Amino acid sequence: MAGSRAQASLGVGRVHRARLFWQSTVGKKIVMSVTGLIMVGFVLLHMIGNLQLFESAARLNAYSHFLHHTINELLWLVRIVLLVSVVLHIVAAAQLTRIDRAARPVGYRKQDRQAATVASRSMRWGGVAIALFVIFHLLHLTTGTIQPVPYAPGDVYANVVGGFRVWWVTLIYVLAMIALGLHIFHGAWSSIRTLGVSRPRPEPTRRPVATLLAVVLWAGFSIVPLAVFFGWVR
Amino acid sequence: MKFTLHVWRQAGPTAAGAFSTYEATDISGDMSFLEMMDAVNESLIERGEQPVAFDHDCREGICGMCGMMINGIAHGPMRATATCQLFMRHFTDGDAIYIEPWRARAFPVIKDLVVDRSAFDRVIAAGGYITAPTGGARDANTILVSKSDADDAMDAAACIGCGACVAACPNGSASLFAGAKIAHLGVLPQGQAERRQRVLRMIAQMDEEAFGGCTWHGECHEACPKAISLDVIARMNGDYLRALWTTHEEKQEQGAG
Ligand code: SF4
Ligand code: FES
Repeated sequence: MAGSRAQASLGVGRVHRARLFWQSTVGKKIVMSVTGLIMVGFVLLHMIGNLQLFESAARLNAYSHFLHHTINELLWLVRIVLLVSVVLHIVAAAQLTRIDRAARPVGYRKQDRQAATVASRSMRWGGVAIALFVIFHLLHLTTGTIQPVPYAPGDVYANVVGGFRVWWVTLIYVLAMIALGLHIFHGAWSSIRTLGVSRPRPEPTRRPVATLLAVVLWAGFSIVPLAVFFGWVR
Repeated sequence: MKFTLHVWRQAGPTAAGAFSTYEATDISGDMSFLEMMDAVNESLIERGEQPVAFDHDCREGICGMCGMMINGIAHGPMRATATCQLFMRHFTDGDAIYIEPWRARAFPVIKDLVVDRSAFDRVIAAGGYITAPTGGARDANTILVSKSDADDAMDAAACIGCGACVAACPNGSASLFAGAKIAHLGVLPQGQAERRQRVLRMIAQMDEEAFGGCTWHGECHEACPKAISLDVIARMNGDYLRALWTTHEEKQEQGAG
């Protein structure tokens, strides 16, 4: 009988409860929300850090030195938290995608979307694109494995200004930031609701905070490669 | 008015289905969508063919039996309107109309446009009730309920269980339905005693029935004939989180009843 598992599964111990949480679609969504918000917090700080480029080369390199030497342990802690978040976010997303696809084995001949946005519909592929971009970005500016121009360890300013003179590098970054903006436009809004926080609104999709966040992050990140590419920063 | 209907025909749960095309002629704009289907069925019966099977009961938008995917929109183009309350004057003379059953693994097709929605019944049976004996009708003010709570409960209780939310959801999720059922009891004092178990059980049952998860497209709200707010889903999630951290071992489980 279909009801029996749901009933029996409520004899809850702590471990059992954690398993139930992870097994449920709502639990997985909550994991995605929390990890997503952690990553939003990180990218916001990252963006603010980047913008020091516009002050001076010395300022940006000093900031990098501060991160890598002065608070090195903290940096590693943040990296570990981010890595765990990324893994959980992706695993939950992949599993939910499978569950959601399986929920409609036979599709419609005609389906006319009424409310879904470009952002909400591109969450899955957009997420994959962002993940691929992050790998590229780490290989490009963190490890210097991909060297469109010679990589100078420690000289962040030179690497940034050198790197973004290359048109295809700038293009990849600019496109990725569109994907990031869309992902956050939907994700920042929906994750709060997945955590059960929503002020009842007559218009279900009014989202001033998420919109602002998405625009600020998109613009704040995109401005750096664009400024270098067009020679505003040398 | 005249319409060309492309209707999903399927002889039984395991039979392969296909679209058949029918002309609906002499349709008045004052006919409801179901009355138009009745007219088509009459002509099918006259020709000795099987009429198109579709669900309906009250035909006044309150029972939740009717529902079909009309040109790709659950319950058709009018917002907050069940199929039985949709009138043909909202279509243009000569329109081609695709008519499909709700599509979800949890809602298997029984015949033509009729699907088995008993998965919803099992979600409700898992926790969409209160077990307190309610006795006779009380004086109106013995249990105080604030106006805004009463409004929220009424808005959520308007759900007629039609399944359009699942049908419209790209993920085949039943979150709007379950959220409505959880909210309408959860905001009232009478629903508090079982509030935590309710949300855990109903969500577990929802997953068990192979509905998908919510990704906040908002399609369900647009399709819902009662315009149930997306807020009920946020409420369900919040209740779930709270219940998970605070529910104790259910000692009464074996003893009850
Ligand atoms: S929430 Fe709306 S669409 Fe879903 S079953 Fe209830 S009335 Fe129908
Ligand atoms: S037939 Fe009852 S709601 Fe449409």
